[in-house]
Amino acid sequence: MKVSLFRSKVAKRDKKFCYGSIQVNKQIVAFATLVLLAVGCDDDADNSGSAPYASRYEGLPAITTLLTGATILTGTGERLDNADILLSNGKIVGVGKGLSADGAEVVDAGGKWITPGVIDVHSHLGVSASPGTASHSDGNESTSPVTAGVWAEHSVWPHDPGFTTALSGGVTALQILPGSANLIGGRSVTLKNVPGRNVQDMKFPGAPYGMKMACGENPKRIYGGLGVAPSTRMGNVAGYRSAWIAAADYRDKMAAAEKDRGEAPMRDLQLETLVGVLNGEILVHNHCYRGDEMSVMLDIAKEFGYKVGTFHHAVEAYKVADLLAEADTCAAMWADWWGFKMEAFDAIRENAAIVDRAGACAIIHSDDELHIQRLNQETAKVMGAAARAGIDIPPERAIQWITKNPAKSLGIDAVTGTLEPGKMADVVLWDGDPFSVYTRAERVYIDGALAYDKNNPAGNPVTDFTLGTAAAAGGAQ
Amino acid sequence: MNRALGCIIRCMVLPAIFLCSVAAAETTAVVGGTVHTVGPQGVIQNATIIIVDGNIAAVGQGIAVPDGAETIDASGKIVTPGLFTPIGRLGLVDIPLSGGPRDAVQRGEQFTAGFDVADAYNSRATMIAVNRIEGVTRALITPMARATDEAGNASHVISGLAAVVNLGNGRDYLDRRSAAMVVNLGEDGSDYSGGTRTSALLILRNALDEAIDYHEHKGDFERGMRRAYQHSVADLEALGRVLSGETPLLADVHRASDIEALIRLSDEYGIAAIVSGGNEAWILADQLSKANIAVVFAPMENLPFSFDRINARRGAAAILVDAGVRVAFGDDSQDHTYNARNITQAAGNAVADGMSWDAALRAITLTPAEIYGVADQMGSIETGKQADIVIWPADPLELTSYPDQVLIKGEAISMVSRQTLLRDRYLQSDSDKPPAYRDH
Repeated sequence: MKVSLFRSKVAKRDKKFCYGSIQVNKQIVAFATLVLLAVGCDDDADNSGSAPYASRYEGLPAITTLLTGATILTGTGERLDNADILLSNGKIVGVGKGLSADGAEVVDAGGKWITPGVIDVHSHLGVSASPGTASHSDGNESTSPVTAGVWAEHSVWPHDPGFTTALSGGVTALQILPGSANLIGGRSVTLKNVPGRNVQDMKFPGAPYGMKMACGENPKRIYGGLGVAPSTRMGNVAGYRSAWIAAADYRDKMAAAEKDRGEAPMRDLQLETLVGVLNGEILVHNHCYRGDEMSVMLDIAKEFGYKVGTFHHAVEAYKVADLLAEADTCAAMWADWWGFKMEAFDAIRENAAIVDRAGACAIIHSDDELHIQRLNQETAKVMGAAARAGIDIPPERAIQWITKNPAKSLGIDAVTGTLEPGKMADVVLWDGDPFSVYTRAERVYIDGALAYDKNNPAGNPVTDFTLGTAAAAGGAQ
Repeated sequence: MNRALGCIIRCMVLPAIFLCSVAAAETTAVVGGTVHTVGPQGVIQNATIIIVDGNIAAVGQGIAVPDGAETIDASGKIVTPGLFTPIGRLGLVDIPLSGGPRDAVQRGEQFTAGFDVADAYNSRATMIAVNRIEGVTRALITPMARATDEAGNASHVISGLAAVVNLGNGRDYLDRRSAAMVVNLGEDGSDYSGGTRTSALLILRNALDEAIDYHEHKGDFERGMRRAYQHSVADLEALGRVLSGETPLLADVHRASDIEALIRLSDEYGIAAIVSGGNEAWILADQLSKANIAVVFAPMENLPFSFDRINARRGAAAILVDAGVRVAFGDDSQDHTYNARNITQAAGNAVADGMSWDAALRAITLTPAEIYGVADQMGSIETGKQADIVIWPADPLELTSYPDQVLIKGEAISMVSRQTLLRDRYLQSDSDKPPAYRDH
């Protein structure tokens, strides 16, 4: 099953349950201060307790671990053969040859490969959870085309079995996004892929918020189908611009009030999020397939003074790779999804490689609870296709598409995404070349703790939902 | 035989067209490769395959290449049979969510079992070249089994007839009509049969019972001496082929208890069945083996997408095959239709999860040909079979491996698709004109 809006199973769900009446969501809060939200990559911002819904993430119990003799793809573009990596106190202490540490658990990684933890910038785990019942349809607040005030974290069901299966694919961090029904769908949340009792236990400490926007067919189909705006792409663009005009006005009134030059407007969740983007504190994640639409979106960002952090799906990124490089905007792509709708007609397998070659930030993402388990495999398909087209993408470069570059997209690259001393010890030990179909993640470390061990199934997490339901399968495998 | 006869008849009726021009024997030799025959000859190193008029005339070591044969050098390469996708809507849909053709769901009520997708197949659909240049040479094209298609159109409990086609040049694309009858049991079937799986089964039983009555009393029916049936004659004729064993049921069903119901129904009516979907089929591996029921499924599905699929798991392919169940890889999703080419990835993952490499290759070549009754013509590299051959630079199940050349019925196809054309257009950076002026 696929979770995106255009996928048949979810389209069915949307048709039945998402086409509710249009409601205006008025928050009756007599409170006139713009609360600065926990954003930016300050390590303590979310943990300080001053921000609402702050992260309560605490790493799993960790011991000092030395993995030796592996082929290491550092994520910085380097490949080290027969090398070691030392993890201690949740951090990477060293990467190189001949490392040692007193009292460390030593793992012989001879013949195996080590990479940074895999990071998925596009997941709906928890908000479109398995099983895909109507009760779990929590990803699209498709009651109004602009719902910047909703936060994906308030939909996340931590017992979605997809989190644990993603862990078995080496995923150590992931962004949970609202769906693409709306022009502006709401806030995303970045999680550490550890089992939690609630979303706060999983929130990536210090990660900035993101905001989901969507181009193209989905918003205009959904709202046009209801007989309200937008029903065209030009209607989409008018919708974004109107939202930014309101946000700029709100920002200016708030600023004026702070200087005692007027009364502050009533606090508005929607406009708070949009202002967060204008202030550069919240990162834009823009679902957009077509190259020409990406070009328009980049100009909207110029008009209102914000930055498009990442285009998601970006099926035609290869047509505008130079523009993406110039704007320092990432493109998050599938390896080969195509054809299911018009804006996905021009997909090519080499998309990510062409974006990468142009000097832009290329990412392979999933948007799917099965693909998230094998982002390494999806990357490999692009490597092979690129080679066929004469573009050489060596493993040490390709691994960046699922580690370093998604970390950049999520604003967490200062603390994870590469294997460098001082960074979070988010590490995958693969039982072979990660770009072979026969390879599996053998051990997954999150902040230095062994979160998954392929060879010790009894020690791996099983979600509450799976317990006693998938007994025959021994838990989601 | 039937195909040849049809060809002769067409030649007599339409002598002016090229459909079956009788040219001098065309001979091609594929030499030097490591050939995985998926047949009794196993793996042959440094093999020669001789193809005459689209069929394999000989395969083995040290076979002389006839004079005048076109030779394809496969030295250092891996050679396999063409890949066979066992389910999907290839050539029946194109951009379905955006108003393109969607001929896999019959939206009216007139037909159920008699709805036959074979004549709607479009050999020129974009997806055909996209998939065949990556090794897919044969497909079972199926009416959509799931409750609704991409545009929200509801299917039926009995969705209709599937056909085996080749992805070749479009001439004689149809290999076998009525190769399977798609039915929906379990939760999808219940969605449009009163909301319960019991009623879905009842609809199927009622149709089969009517068909039995019709075929036993056909003369009376034609003379107007039999009660009116709920189903059309086209439906009853199609169901007759199911009852005679000619056409297997391809039943979309996941839950183990529903598969047990299918086994009982198959036994009761003496009809052949294949499980499609089958997330929980592994639980019943022994029973399926005993009932000779094959399973068409996506081996990478390991999540409880619905309450029918709670026990989805990795490693199911190995469990089924070890118990003697025949498996083929694919599902009724749109992803599998557009990317049927990814059955190699499915097979590779099945290997990583415990299946043997040879069994995995068989699951995407010979096994689907067997379960749809066309293994006498295709599915392996054997003398007398049609020459679907794929030449790979390396292990075909590896993700980085793309075919160097594909032959369908002996014809080396153009290794170009709309996707490679777009790629090549945008890879050119030395042009000072817009892309529209570049290669086309």
